[in-house]
Amino acid sequence: MIAASSPMHAAAVLASFFQGEHNSLHPAGPFSSNIEWLYWVIFWIVFVAFVLTILAFARASAKTYSRAEEMLPIMKDEEGDRKTKWAVGTAITVTVLTLFAVLFMSVITGKKVEGMSSSNPVTIQITGHQWWWEVIYPNPQADQTVITANEIHIPVGKPVVILTSSADVIHSFWAPSVHGKRDLIPGYSSAFWIQVDQPGTYPGRCAEFCGLQHAHMGFSIIAEDEATFEAWEQQQLKPAPDPTDAEAQHGREVFLTHTCVMCHTIRGTDAGSRVGPDLTHLASRNMIAAETLPNTTGALAGWIVDPQRIKPGNKMTPNPLAPDDLNALVTYLRTLQ
Amino acid sequence: MTYRRLLLAISLISTTMLSACNREERELRPSPSASQVVNQAQVSGLNPGANPLPTPPTPSIYEESAYAVSEGKTLFGQYNCSGCHANGGGGIGPPLMDNNWIYGSQPQNIFTTIVEGRPNGMPSFRNRIPEYQVWELVAYVRSLSGLLPKDVAPSRNDQLYVKPPEASMPKQTPTGITGEPSK
Repeated sequence: MIAASSPMHAAAVLASFFQGEHNSLHPAGPFSSNIEWLYWVIFWIVFVAFVLTILAFARASAKTYSRAEEMLPIMKDEEGDRKTKWAVGTAITVTVLTLFAVLFMSVITGKKVEGMSSSNPVTIQITGHQWWWEVIYPNPQADQTVITANEIHIPVGKPVVILTSSADVIHSFWAPSVHGKRDLIPGYSSAFWIQVDQPGTYPGRCAEFCGLQHAHMGFSIIAEDEATFEAWEQQQLKPAPDPTDAEAQHGREVFLTHTCVMCHTIRGTDAGSRVGPDLTHLASRNMIAAETLPNTTGALAGWIVDPQRIKPGNKMTPNPLAPDDLNALVTYLRTLQ
Repeated sequence: MTYRRLLLAISLISTTMLSACNREERELRPSPSASQVVNQAQVSGLNPGANPLPTPPTPSIYEESAYAVSEGKTLFGQYNCSGCHANGGGGIGPPLMDNNWIYGSQPQNIFTTIVEGRPNGMPSFRNRIPEYQVWELVAYVRSLSGLLPKDVAPSRNDQLYVKPPEASMPKQTPTGITGEPSK
């Protein structure tokens, strides 16, 4: 059974390698295009070397060899020696030159994906947490600062500066269609540029093992046109609306009088802790728990009651709420557009 | 003969190592319990009839697990206990790393202090902090004055601190108006 399914499994993995969304061979911007170009150059060089090696092996194994019982006399073959010297010398020279060429191209590509300039780029501060991403659009004016989590909205076709840091351990920011991996190191800030030229949603992952829920630490880059991006930004800047119906009002009471308030912020209420993700516009996100669950009423309720079942070891505590309280709380959270 | 000796040595070493397993044991989904600690904890040595109240049971797992104490240390920062108690040195609130315990140094006393709050500023964290996290905080607060074994207390700081980590702090024998239940 296993033997039968393994080749199919391998084929499926190979197919997903070429088709999946999480794929550095589908570049969405100038940086990932450069990286993809370098990838194919190195791929073809290695492919040629591989084919030549296999051909040489095949030739050597196809050659007849002597089964003589006694040792053959050693013959001098000066012509052959000279040929061999030339062959070995050429092989070494070609190898060294190719390696230097690859090194040169790597350095050039590294420079290309490093630098960019723009007079007034969108700047995004990304902080890795166990196990989610804090996304801040800093602004000198505090009330113009957008704070969200896991979903990074950017305008299409414009250079964006990403500032990185980590709150606890080393994480790595990796959206393969957009850029290479970038380590997020605690106590150390760094910066790089990204640009996406086609509108769409590009998934990313943490690419540095960071603890129990490393595998469930996803994010997405949502590239949209300038107008949509600005509308989104304006909406995110607003404080949470006051709930109008009685159930949502009760839900807010539940939020403010239970454990939620110790870790989460909802701007416009008394909740202001920065330990967990900012929930001011929770309902505007597509996924919850760092791209682990869809943002639906049921998933949200399940996550609140027993997050340790969904992501064992994560930092959110189980919340044994009464059913009415839970319903009200979820109703309230769903109003946070 | 040498084979037997080797076997003996291996089993001895593995047994010694096994004893270290509990230190980092973590319970990811603690069951919600409605304990009565709050109503039973004794905060004063004075009792009518001089009969001390029975000491309520304390889950000692939190005081024996290095993981729980280090979680307590993280929570101490995240829940802003440091805002008043300043990493144990005191400021707006009393210091926690000395030997003076206003409302008692026993785990259940500290539990009551956190859950109920105290006069002159200590807020009540009832319902705001899950019970198991209160116990983690209690264990950490006790480690601040060296009341926990050295192998459990945190042995390093995540951030730059002026003071050494808790495991290196000298033990402070509780004194003053301790409210210690007599034993």
